[in-house]
Amino acid sequence: MSTTVLDQTAAAGHKPPKPHRETYLDAWTVKSWLLTTDHKRIGILYLISITVFFLIGGVAATTMRLELMTPKGDLLSSPDAYNRMFTLHGVAMIFFFLVPSIPATLGNFLLPLMIGARDLAFPIINLMSWYMYMIGGSIAIAIILFGGIDTGWTFYTPFSTMFSNTLVVPAAFAVFFAGFSSIFTGFNFIVTVHTMRAPGMTWFRLPLFIWAHYATSLIMILGTPVLAIAVMLIAVERLLRVGIFDPALGGDPILFQHLFWFYSHPAVYIMVLPGMGVISEIVPCFSRRPIFGYRFIAYSSIALAILGFIVWGHHLFVSGQSMYAGLVFSFLSFLVAVPSAIKVFNWTATMHKGAIRFDTPMLYAIGFIGLFTVGGLTGIMLSTLAVDVHLHDTYFVVAHFHYVMVGGAVLAYLGGLHFWWPKITGRMYPEMFGKLSALAVFIGFNFTFFPQFILGYLGMPRRYFEYAPEFQVLNVMSTAGASVLAFGYGLPLIYFLWSLRKPPSAPANPWQATGLEWQTESPPPTHNFEFTPKVEKAPYSYSPVAVEGFDGYGDHGSH
Amino acid sequence: MDTATMGHTDAAAGSALIPLLSHQFDDVEQQSYSSILGMWIFLATEVMFFGGLLTSFGIYRYLHPHEFALASHNLYMWWGFVNTIVLLTSSLTMALAVRASQLGRRTELVRLLLATMVLGTCFLGVKAIEYTTDYHEHLIPGLNFEVPEHQLGEVVERGLDPRMMQMFFVLYFFMTMLHAIHLIIGIGMLGVMAYLAHINWFSGGGAVQIEVGGLYWHFIDIVWVFLFPLLYLISGK
Repeated sequence: MSTTVLDQTAAAGHKPPKPHRETYLDAWTVKSWLLTTDHKRIGILYLISITVFFLIGGVAATTMRLELMTPKGDLLSSPDAYNRMFTLHGVAMIFFFLVPSIPATLGNFLLPLMIGARDLAFPIINLMSWYMYMIGGSIAIAIILFGGIDTGWTFYTPFSTMFSNTLVVPAAFAVFFAGFSSIFTGFNFIVTVHTMRAPGMTWFRLPLFIWAHYATSLIMILGTPVLAIAVMLIAVERLLRVGIFDPALGGDPILFQHLFWFYSHPAVYIMVLPGMGVISEIVPCFSRRPIFGYRFIAYSSIALAILGFIVWGHHLFVSGQSMYAGLVFSFLSFLVAVPSAIKVFNWTATMHKGAIRFDTPMLYAIGFIGLFTVGGLTGIMLSTLAVDVHLHDTYFVVAHFHYVMVGGAVLAYLGGLHFWWPKITGRMYPEMFGKLSALAVFIGFNFTFFPQFILGYLGMPRRYFEYAPEFQVLNVMSTAGASVLAFGYGLPLIYFLWSLRKPPSAPANPWQATGLEWQTESPPPTHNFEFTPKVEKAPYSYSPVAVEGFDGYGDHGSH
Repeated sequence: MDTATMGHTDAAAGSALIPLLSHQFDDVEQQSYSSILGMWIFLATEVMFFGGLLTSFGIYRYLHPHEFALASHNLYMWWGFVNTIVLLTSSLTMALAVRASQLGRRTELVRLLLATMVLGTCFLGVKAIEYTTDYHEHLIPGLNFEVPEHQLGEVVERGLDPRMMQMFFVLYFFMTMLHAIHLIIGIGMLGVMAYLAHINWFSGGGAVQIEVGGLYWHFIDIVWVFLFPLLYLISGK
C-alpha cells in the first residue's frame, strides 16, 4: 500500500499516475455494498436510489406537462389519471428525492470527511437509514404498480381518509418509513458533529456545509415524528372508520393540516438548507475569497431551522384558520426573509472583487442564488394575507415553490455533485458538457416556471386536468421549457456515468479548495485520512494568489 | 481491508487494548459521550412523536370536555393507579441498576435488570386485563364501540355527541398501545442487557450501555406519568 502524507502541497495534482492505492471503492461484491457501514458507500447507495426516484418523478412531470399542452384533456384518459400523476410526482420528488437528496448523499459522504472523522458516530444506524428508505421506496413503487394514489402529496383529509378509493394506507406507511430514514440520518449527523470533530475543529471552524446540515438535522429529528404520527392517524381513520379528521364523523380536518404542515413547512428547509450549505462551499472556492460574514451565515442556518417551525400556519390562510392566527403566521413568515437575505447578500459579497471562475459548480451556484432569490421574494408575496387569498391554489404557488425546490435545492444538488464528483469517484467530468448542462437547466427551468407565475396571477388553478383556452400559449411555453430542462438533467446523468469508464485519475484537490475533505486522496481511503488531521486555521482561507495553477484538469485532462 | 489495520495509528492501538471501541471513535470517552448524546437526541424525537398525539388529545378534550369526561369514567382508574406505581417502582430498580453497573456489582446488576423487566411485564399484564374488559364492555372503536347503557340516558339528556366519546377511546387506544410497544421494546432491550451482563460481556462493566438503556426506560415511564392523569383522571360533568 502506498501511503502519502496528505498535505496541501502533495495534493496539488502534479504527480505521475500512482500505483494502486487502497480506496473505499475497492470491494465490489454485492454483500460489500448491501452490508457496508462506510458512510461513503452508504452515500453512494443513496445516490443511486434517489436518482431512480428522480427519474420516476420526472416521468410523471413530463406526462403532466404534455397533458397541459392543450386546454382539453386528451393525453391522459381521465381527470383521475391526472390526479394520480401529480400525486406520484409530488410524493416521489419530495419524500423520496428532495428530502434525502443532499443530506443523504453529499452529506453522508462529506460530513465525516469535512470534520476530520473516520465515519459517522453510528454507522449501523446509518445503514439502517438506507434500508428504511428502501422499504418506504419499495412500498411507493408497489403503489405505482397497483394503481397509484390521487390525494396529492399533502394527503388532505377528509378526502384522503373517507373519499379516495386509492392506496392511501400503503402510502402512509411509505411516508412513515421514509420519515424514519431521515430521522436516523439527522440523529447521526447531530451526534457526529458534537462528538467527532478533529482536534482544532472548533464550532466556528466548521465549514458552513456542516452548519447547514446541523440545522437540517434539527428539523429532521423534531419535525419528522409529527408527520409520522399524522400519517399513522390517517391510516387508523381509514382502517377503523373512526372520525379523527373527518367532520362527518365528528373529526376536525384542520387538525390534520396543522399536524401535516408542522412537519412539511420545516421540510422546505430540510430541502433547501443543505443546498445553502453547498453554495457556501462553492462560492468562496470559485471566487478565491474567504466567505463574507461566516458567523452570520452559520447563525442564519440555525435561525431558518427555528423560524421554519413557527410559520406553518401560512398554508392555512384560506382553510378556516382564525384570522388572528393568520396575522401572526403572516408576520412570522415575513421574518424568514431576514436569514435568507443574509445568506444571499453574503454570497454576493463574497463574489465581490473575487477572482471568479465560471466552472460548472460555480455556474450552478450562481443559478441557485438568482432563482432562490426569486423563489424567496414570491414567498413573501404569498405570505401576505390579502394577496394569498387571490393566489392560493393557483399556478403562482406552483411556480413559487419550484423556484425554491428546483431552482434552489436541485441546482445546489447538481452543483455539489459536480464539485465533489472528483472526490467521490476519483474522476473528472467533461467540463464543456457540464457548462452546457448548467446553462440548459437554468434556461429550461425559467422557461418552464416563469410562465406559471403569470398563469397563476391570471387565475389558473393548480391540479386541474383542463383549463381555459386563453391560458394555452403560456402552458405551451412551459412545456417547451420543460423539454430543455429535461435535456439539462439528462446530460449529467450520461456524462457522470461515462466518466466512470476510466480508472480514477482525478487529483486529490482539483479545485484547490481548503476543506479537510480535499486533503485526502480522491477517492478517499476507507478510513478517510491516513492521519487524524489537525485544524489550525479558519475555514475558507482562500487568497487570490492561490489561483495560479488552478486547473481542475491539469495534466489529467490529457487522458 | 481489515478495519483494525487501516488508518489512524492511535485508533489501531486503542482498539487493540479496548476490544469494544468501535473503529470510528478515538477513545472510550468519545464513544460514551456519543452514545449518551445519541439517546438524548433520540428521546427528543420521541417527545415530538408523542407530542403530536398529546396535542390532538388536548384540542379535542378542550373542544368536547363533557364527552371526554364521560368516556373517561369507563376506564378503571385503580388499574391505572396500580400501573403507575408499578412503572415508578421499575424506574427505581432501573436507577439502582445503573448505580450497580457503575459500582461494578454484576450480580446485583443482573437481578435489578430482571426486576425491572418483571415490573414492566406486570404493567403489560394489567394493560391486557384492561383491554379485555374494554372489549367486553364494547368500548373498542372500529370494532364494537357503543356508548355504555348506563351512560345513554345522560348522553341523550345533555345532548352529548357519542362520536366524541368514541374519539376519546380512539386516542386512548392509540396512545396506550404506542406506549405499550415502547415498553415491549424496552423489556427486550433490558433482557439483552441482563444477558450480556450475566455472561460478563461488557468490558467496562457496562456502565454506559446501562445508562443509555436507563434513559430510554425512564422516558417510557415519564410518558405514562403524562398519560395516566390525561386519560384516567378527567373529572367534571
